Amino acid sequence: MKINKKLRSALVTFAIVIIAFLVCEAGIEGWVDGFKLKFAEKGLLVPICCYIVLAVSLNLIVGISGELSLGHAGFMSIGAFSGVVIATWLEKAVLTINDAGKTVPFFGDTAIIIITIIVAGALAALAGVVIGIPALRLRGDYLAIVLLAFGEIIRNVMNCVLVAVDGSTMHFALKINESSAVGFGQGMQMVINGAQGTVNKVTSAAFNNERFIIGFGLVIFTLFVVLNLINSRSGRAIMAIRDNRIAAESVGLNVMKYKMMAFVTGAALAGMAGALYGLNMKTVTAVDFDYNMSIEILVMVVLGGIGSIRGSVIAAAVLRFLPEKLRFLNDYRMLVYAIVLIVVMLATNSPILKNFWALLMRVKPLRVAVEWLQALPGKVRAAFSFGKNKNGKAGEAQ
Amino acid sequence: MKKRLVDTKMVPLPSVSIVPERDVGKRPVLETRHLGIEFGGLKAVEDFNIAVGPTEICGLIGPNGAGKTTVFNLLTKVYQPTTGTVLIDGKDTSGMTTEQANRMGIARTFQNIRLFGNMTVEDNVRIGLHNQIRYGMLQGVFRAPAYWKAEKQMHKRSLELLSIFGMQDMADVKAGSLPYGAQRRLEIVRALATNPKLLLLDEPAAGMNPHETEELMQNIIKIRDEFQIAVMLIEHDMNLVMGICEGICVLNYGRIIAKGTPEEIQQNPAVIEAYLGSQGREENA
Repeated sequence: MKINKKLRSALVTFAIVIIAFLVCEAGIEGWVDGFKLKFAEKGLLVPICCYIVLAVSLNLIVGISGELSLGHAGFMSIGAFSGVVIATWLEKAVLTINDAGKTVPFFGDTAIIIITIIVAGALAALAGVVIGIPALRLRGDYLAIVLLAFGEIIRNVMNCVLVAVDGSTMHFALKINESSAVGFGQGMQMVINGAQGTVNKVTSAAFNNERFIIGFGLVIFTLFVVLNLINSRSGRAIMAIRDNRIAAESVGLNVMKYKMMAFVTGAALAGMAGALYGLNMKTVTAVDFDYNMSIEILVMVVLGGIGSIRGSVIAAAVLRFLPEKLRFLNDYRMLVYAIVLIVVMLATNSPILKNFWALLMRVKPLRVAVEWLQALPGKVRAAFSFGKNKNGKAGEAQ
Repeated sequence: MKKRLVDTKMVPLPSVSIVPERDVGKRPVLETRHLGIEFGGLKAVEDFNIAVGPTEICGLIGPNGAGKTTVFNLLTKVYQPTTGTVLIDGKDTSGMTTEQANRMGIARTFQNIRLFGNMTVEDNVRIGLHNQIRYGMLQGVFRAPAYWKAEKQMHKRSLELLSIFGMQDMADVKAGSLPYGAQRRLEIVRALATNPKLLLLDEPAAGMNPHETEELMQNIIKIRDEFQIAVMLIEHDMNLVMGICEGICVLNYGRIIAKGTPEEIQQNPAVIEAYLGSQGREENA
């Protein structure tokens, strides 16, 4: 079978994610002596999965569709809050009687998380449609500001939602000011307590390997959806509109339809990530999902390379892991984090540093070493006679 | 004298336009009635009436700034006309978008090339085939059988279309890295992929050498014969215009100053005046 460039690139991305997952699993299960993840590192794994999904989904909107969105955290917030409510409902209200004659939840913990993720994704997609229809008529900076505003609206609405559960009945209220909704939820179990955020009693806050596997599954699902979308008729239309709107219209592409498609898909995936994020924490508050969070996700996208899905995956993982690894610096932690960010941005974009690289390449031993390294994948492939192209296309491996 | 590649007898219509004899009795593929547009009081195009036969090669010429590209933008609904209507194949296109006009059967190329430069040549053509060979988004994402079937069909069809200009070997090249002439040809292929009834070419020979222009003329006639479509072109290269156009329409200051066969146009005093200027006579705007 002929493996074309796009397919190979997609397979490499999947391979990186799967290898990283196996390394983490080895660290969790202690498959290799002397390699065991610390408690704090384990706690990061599920959020990293969420952030990878968020970065990839935002890259679909910003990189592939070319619309600057500053409200991505809003969709994550919808996913997180609705996720906790749905999971609680599934646990309290969807019941069955087991062999011992006791009333127990119909679904197990894992099934509850998976169903919640799917439903929360659908809700976030709905929000994407409602926001996208008016907002996507705008372009560029205006769109970015409007989406930023929508993100803030979602945050403010979430800030006054009250949800409580009484037996198997759910109660909802809006706390608009101090005198409204007084006495709501007395004697009941709160699920969302306004500005104090969610109360998650469905899943434990401790690290749970099953949840990490679900997170890994969500990352794979996201990559599958986004990469397949890009390499299909719809994805080509989305990129054509980004590259040249007028030409795209002139060949009969429905601009609004394809912008919406990218936006709503991105929103749905963000909602899914949000649901997993919300269920992984003991509590999340509406303030967690402010525009800082949107910017943080955008930083991952830009750092990984706008339009590069693999870059987003790596940047999201590194940027989430880095603050943890810099913890030994104490007070200077975030300062160093910022400096690392700036240096990486400069290193990938600065012509000076590129020239510096070219200058280094003039040194013969260095050049030989780099060329040898670059040819290595081709040599390895040739050694295993992987792929049957005999016309020496090994050079295009990178 | 300029070399003629076509020899067609033109017949007048009741609406003062002319069409090739073979297209008489058929509904014109394009008809405009009193088409006009104003930009803040400036009448860029005014009272533009034209009819194009279903297999006609028609030229739109005029000095710089005469409003030729504006006419193309009106026909493809990039601009909405302030007065008058455009009929494509007898159907009114008022209020339509560019995209809908394309689906009605009007495809175009651009004066300043507008390719999807980061995509391959083949992908550019596949985007042109977007509305011809279809499958849904979910079928694409989950790689349903319809996806494989349609993609295979698209691949075959795009190579077929590229082979009109002998570009099938460049299918995997990035469109932005093609030489200028090839980019112009690719734009024509992309427009053809949308299965149009009328192909609008905005300065197709710009930046081409005489040899390439000669080839382009042959290809335009070949496209017309093979696809049985009408072609309307804006061009400054008179060898091309006089060589292949059957009917010519001359525009100056947004108004039609002459319509007719190439011979008539070459002898028309108003046209000569518009191009070369008049001595002692004031030009009327």
